[in-house]
Amino acid sequence: MLSRVAERIYWLGRYMERCENTARLVNVNTKLLLDLPRGVRVGWGTLVDISGGTEYFQKDADLADERAVMRFMLSDTANPSSIKNSIGFARENARITREIMPSEVYELINNLYWYLDENLSKGGARRERHILLETVIEKVQQFTGMLAGCMSQSDAYHFIQLGRNLERADMTSRIVDVGARRILEPAAKDDETSEPFENILWMSVLRSLSGFQMYRQHVQDRINAEDVVTFLFQDKCFPRSVEHCLGEVADCFERLPNSDEAISLLAGVRRRIKLAQFAELIDQGNLHEYIDAVQTDVAETHKVIAATWYLPVVQSAS
Amino acid sequence: MQIDWRDYHSGEFYDELISTPGNPRRAARMLAKHLASLSGEDIAERKLSAELAIKTMGISFTVYSEAGNIDRAWPFDIIPRIIPQREWQVTERGLTQRLQALNCFIDDIYNEQKIIKDKVLPADILAGSANFRPECVGMKPAFGVWAHICGSDLIRDNDGAFYVLEDNLRVPSGVSYMLENRKVTKRVFPELFENHNILPVTEYPAQLFDTLAAISPRPLEFPEIVVLTPGIYNSAYFEHSYLAQQMGVELVEGSDLVVEDDHVFMRTINGLSRVDVIYRRIDDLFLDPEAFNPDSVLGVPGLMRAWLKGNVAIANAPGAGVADDKIIYTFVPQMIKYYLGEDPILPNVPSYLCCDKAQREHVLQNLDKLVVKPANESGGYGMLIGPQASKKEREEFARRIKAEPRNYMAQPLIALSTTPIIGSKNAEPRHIDLRPFVLQGRTSSVTAGGLTRVAMRKGSYVVNSSQGGGSQDTWVVVEEGK
Repeated sequence: MLSRVAERIYWLGRYMERCENTARLVNVNTKLLLDLPRGVRVGWGTLVDISGGTEYFQKDADLADERAVMRFMLSDTANPSSIKNSIGFARENARITREIMPSEVYELINNLYWYLDENLSKGGARRERHILLETVIEKVQQFTGMLAGCMSQSDAYHFIQLGRNLERADMTSRIVDVGARRILEPAAKDDETSEPFENILWMSVLRSLSGFQMYRQHVQDRINAEDVVTFLFQDKCFPRSVEHCLGEVADCFERLPNSDEAISLLAGVRRRIKLAQFAELIDQGNLHEYIDAVQTDVAETHKVIAATWYLPVVQSAS
Repeated sequence: MQIDWRDYHSGEFYDELISTPGNPRRAARMLAKHLASLSGEDIAERKLSAELAIKTMGISFTVYSEAGNIDRAWPFDIIPRIIPQREWQVTERGLTQRLQALNCFIDDIYNEQKIIKDKVLPADILAGSANFRPECVGMKPAFGVWAHICGSDLIRDNDGAFYVLEDNLRVPSGVSYMLENRKVTKRVFPELFENHNILPVTEYPAQLFDTLAAISPRPLEFPEIVVLTPGIYNSAYFEHSYLAQQMGVELVEGSDLVVEDDHVFMRTINGLSRVDVIYRRIDDLFLDPEAFNPDSVLGVPGLMRAWLKGNVAIANAPGAGVADDKIIYTFVPQMIKYYLGEDPILPNVPSYLCCDKAQREHVLQNLDKLVVKPANESGGYGMLIGPQASKKEREEFARRIKAEPRNYMAQPLIALSTTPIIGSKNAEPRHIDLRPFVLQGRTSSVTAGGLTRVAMRKGSYVVNSSQGGGSQDTWVVVEEGK
């Protein structure tokens, strides 16, 4: 398959996954608000932090209210991860790669694009927002299902898988990071959160990843930081854990040509995740630094993929 | 709105479906009856479902001037245009004949130039052709075919006969819309397909593949064929992608290809992979920065070398556009006689050459009655429609014609035939043309019908999609019980 097409379809996988993850985040935060007693404020700013939009709101922290954050997450084109941008980029990439996917897949992406084009602006009211976000999650799941059910599992499929799983690993690490910063670090324990609600917040972290039931089946103990973080990073079976996602990436590497360098780099990344002692990291307050390192590893994995399979960046002759 | 054919007036124009108010033509009788039986709600609903289908299927095209809006839904009218099969069979033969003669001509021009030596075509006409490529002289492509894909524009005058308005031999587009129009109509009017015997159009991508495979320099069962596109911002990108998808071949951009040792390769995740046939959708001058425009980033350096050595086939061949020049066009009837020894089956629209003194005088004196066309523009750009132009525009064209006579030709304003579209209160007549697609390689084929382009504005003659034209599905219908 063409290198350029491989790159495009990889980004298609990433952007579709980003749509779903952003929808999950917003949805769970909205629900969390309903669980907490009056007087306890959960910052909408958490969402902004995950999306890397802190600077955007730094100008005036008071601006980060529900309405503004919703606009930022859903429809703001200045936010590279907003749902509007993600679906727009996904569709552009799908337009370029539509000849190698089943045609229903393009139709689905295109329909979701038009649906969002019409409805994103209505994301303000909570009830409509819920329907909108559920639709996004459902459609992206349908996209993933269609590919699994109708697309030949050849190179193109593996590049979508690469994109999806790297994006997922990255997002899971971000979600844990934000949860940990809000909940664990004393400095962050301002009026936004407080001790008794730690439990509820970790539950919301799990829920944002649809991982609550899976966690309960796997870990019998009551919800606590160490177990949740360990589950989300090291569990082999949960499809959104960092280790599972990177395992999928490793499987794709095995099937793709010329992958020696990528395989060797990824082996190091996975080793660092398997050996991590989360109890220690949390106690010593080093979790954030560790997660930063994981995100750098994910970025390095992306770089090795690009260097191995994509077109070299063409320098203009002049 | 409900359709009442008794209240449908196409005036002096030949109408494709309705001969006189209330009287559908024979091949259209069943369709007309069915349409008239639909309620206003029914029609509105079907119109909406066509719009939805087009949006969902992502059938789009680009209008260059709209910044930011890179793809636009394809404007489509749900009433099909009908051509009786008996009539089409003749047209089909005429188109095949025409393309054969055109290919003989191109091959001759780049080799012996017999037609000039025999004084059928004046030497200075060729000398003035902007699309003649000296780089191609001496080349002998497979089967002597240079233009493998041709989209000829046909129009019908008041007398009901088809005329060839122009031949597009460079990168004709529109065939994907022809195919998609049929799909949309099947979704909108499934019941009509049960009662009509309509010739299918779906074989085109397979025929195109066969045509391209036959010219592969390596005799393989499945040679590596690619569609070369300028990229997503090209107005016909949808079509490039569509054809690649339908043929099951790679859609490549210039940066995906590289020439090494005079062979063409594409960059894949496995490394370099040899390419046999390029169906290019890029103009000659952008194909190869080494041979043509050095600033082109769309093309592939060294491509012409590889082609001239016979290591890769290019369709249409570079230089094929020499016959798509509107001045050369006026000589096609002579070419058919000269090369094939046959009488032309399809007539040209009568034309006046501005490079001929007497004809030029006639043109200059009748600018208010004629359509003036530049030799090498496409898409309806740079034309003067005399009867609709202002005095200032006509004066401007008179100046241009005198300055560059070789670059202009003129034709009488043909009264384009009409066909009904869904209007606000009733069906309304609109002017149309027809672009069938003709393939030639080892064998020849013609699409059943083609792309019917509709000037959606009342009274307008401009059918080009780049200038607000729309389209209809085109049915070649087998009439029962001849």
